[in-house]
Amino acid sequence: MTTLLQPVRRPSRARTSAPPRRSSPQLRRRRLTEAALFWALILPNLLAIVVFGYYPTLYNFVLSFTDWDFVQPAPVVVGLDNYIELFQSGSMLMDALRNTAIFVLVAVVGTLFGGMAIGALLAQRLRFSGLVRTLAFAPHMLPGAAVGVLWLFMFDPNYGLSRWLFSMFGMESPHWTTTSDFSLWSITIAYAWQRLGFVAIIYYTAILDLPKDIYEAAALDGARGWPLFRYITLPLLSPVTFFLTVTGIIAAAQTFDIIATLTMGGPGTSSTTLPWMIYDQAFVDFNIGTSAATATVMFVLLLVVTLVQTKYASKQVHYS
Amino acid sequence: MSLTLDRKDDPATSARTSPPHQPPRSRDLGSGHGERKGRRQGPRRPLPATMALYVLIAATFALFAIPLYWLFSSALKPEHEIYTYPLTWIPSTLEWSNFAQAWTSAPFGAFLRNSIITTVVGTALEIGVALLSAYAFAFVYFRGKMLIFALMVGSLMLPGHITLLVNYITISNLGWLNTYQGLILPGIGSAFAMFLIYQQMRQVPEELVDAARVDGASHMRRMRAVVIPICRPMILTATLIVLITKWNDFVWPLIVTSTSDMRTLPIGLMFLRSQEGYDAWGPVMAGTVIVAAPMLIVFFLAQRRIIGGITAGALKG
Repeated sequence: MTTLLQPVRRPSRARTSAPPRRSSPQLRRRRLTEAALFWALILPNLLAIVVFGYYPTLYNFVLSFTDWDFVQPAPVVVGLDNYIELFQSGSMLMDALRNTAIFVLVAVVGTLFGGMAIGALLAQRLRFSGLVRTLAFAPHMLPGAAVGVLWLFMFDPNYGLSRWLFSMFGMESPHWTTTSDFSLWSITIAYAWQRLGFVAIIYYTAILDLPKDIYEAAALDGARGWPLFRYITLPLLSPVTFFLTVTGIIAAAQTFDIIATLTMGGPGTSSTTLPWMIYDQAFVDFNIGTSAATATVMFVLLLVVTLVQTKYASKQVHYS
Repeated sequence: MSLTLDRKDDPATSARTSPPHQPPRSRDLGSGHGERKGRRQGPRRPLPATMALYVLIAATFALFAIPLYWLFSSALKPEHEIYTYPLTWIPSTLEWSNFAQAWTSAPFGAFLRNSIITTVVGTALEIGVALLSAYAFAFVYFRGKMLIFALMVGSLMLPGHITLLVNYITISNLGWLNTYQGLILPGIGSAFAMFLIYQQMRQVPEELVDAARVDGASHMRRMRAVVIPICRPMILTATLIVLITKWNDFVWPLIVTSTSDMRTLPIGLMFLRSQEGYDAWGPVMAGTVIVAAPMLIVFFLAQRRIIGGITAGALKG
């Protein structure tokens, strides 16, 4: 949840029993006790975040300049070699970057369009829309591994729903997960199905929260249908769209479980994305340096997205 | 706009605070706005438009219902009905032995136990740790504490995959590979749950906490007797979200466990599949139901709170 990174407004009143400025031995002691208590309370959380969050990030950066296979006693410093290798044309990273870009783009754009349509539909408050709303959100609750295995079965060209669907049009089902032409699309479809309901519910909630007076004014001016949507609703929803775009990019770029259960990055590198490559390099091929360098590349890319969001987050003014 | 749910949106508190003469609450998810209730107002929609909308609703229903139905029906189909074409939509008999077969072909009992232990213990630790630190940031005096707050919340920017490798090395050096502490401890640091709970704590009426302080209540007592009861709805929401995240977690359990008796359910599912290949879809779907069902049950029991928490986090952040 990167929106949490916006600066936190501090309370206008002093929320704590702050001792007065004048210093006396008793007050100083009380202040020290408060400080000790403060550290004691945050220590478990702080320690966990530093030891398992910040330290690994820094050390990962260091490892990206080394060569190691877990077997040698210590990593060997090789300077920029890993990065040079990674950015050569035809390297695995190039494939992974391309696949990640396609996957993220299609998944994010697809769920934005589909989710907005479904959200607007649900907001019409028809009969059964409550049931559809619950059902649409349910996949978001499921483990990605379960979603992946379910879709693996549905994609089965002989016994899966895919065969049924394609035969309705007189066609044969593609071999989704086992041919390089379709493997990336299979993970994209499964992922989009899992996320679509989440996006739809966010749009649904946002649409119901739209300011009514603007619509009353627009109705007086005779605005209806498509122009009303195009010139009133869509702009009002733009902060939500922006939020969903940014968090959607971050979430999709880190998708791992669906890939692991559907295609395992293959065949070849046809569905290898950055997270899969990081895993594959470290825990299958034991190229620690390459994996660490890939992770650094991914971190930098995601950091750019996050910073863009933090920069523009303050412009989300349509709420309240 | 704060990240918290509106107090009035919360069933737990509104039951106590709202006057009895108020109309019954809307049943809408994540909303407490009275005007949302009931049908759309304004000019009546023409009939063809209504019918078109119902066609779209039906299509959306199919998009989500068919795969979910397929999951459950395949888990209960006899083997020959899985491997025939045209497809069978309704199993002729309910084949519960698929579950037995999934359970015995892989150590599902162990997977289930490991999932429950890591999820429950991990969630309890993470929420406990989050509660303590949120209270410290909201109520304990310390100069420069917001700097530390920013540092901790900033950890949300670190993608899971950058910490993976080094955390594996750390856990390995501690000799904790394939252990519960190795599975659980790296996940207990909490920025997200802490932030949610902190935001709610800031809404606690100052007078209440001050009154308790004047009465001589210690910080611990103030937290237990005043702050936590008031913030209970948000703590519950945060707990549910953390619980779901931990149950669904995949990549960390995958690398930190190496024997089947330590795997969690999502990882076990992956190995069930590769063991059985494409020949046993019935048991594999039964295994998938075992993995998916607990979170579906949690979701159907608490969907108001879960969707409300997630959308509030998304929209009002």
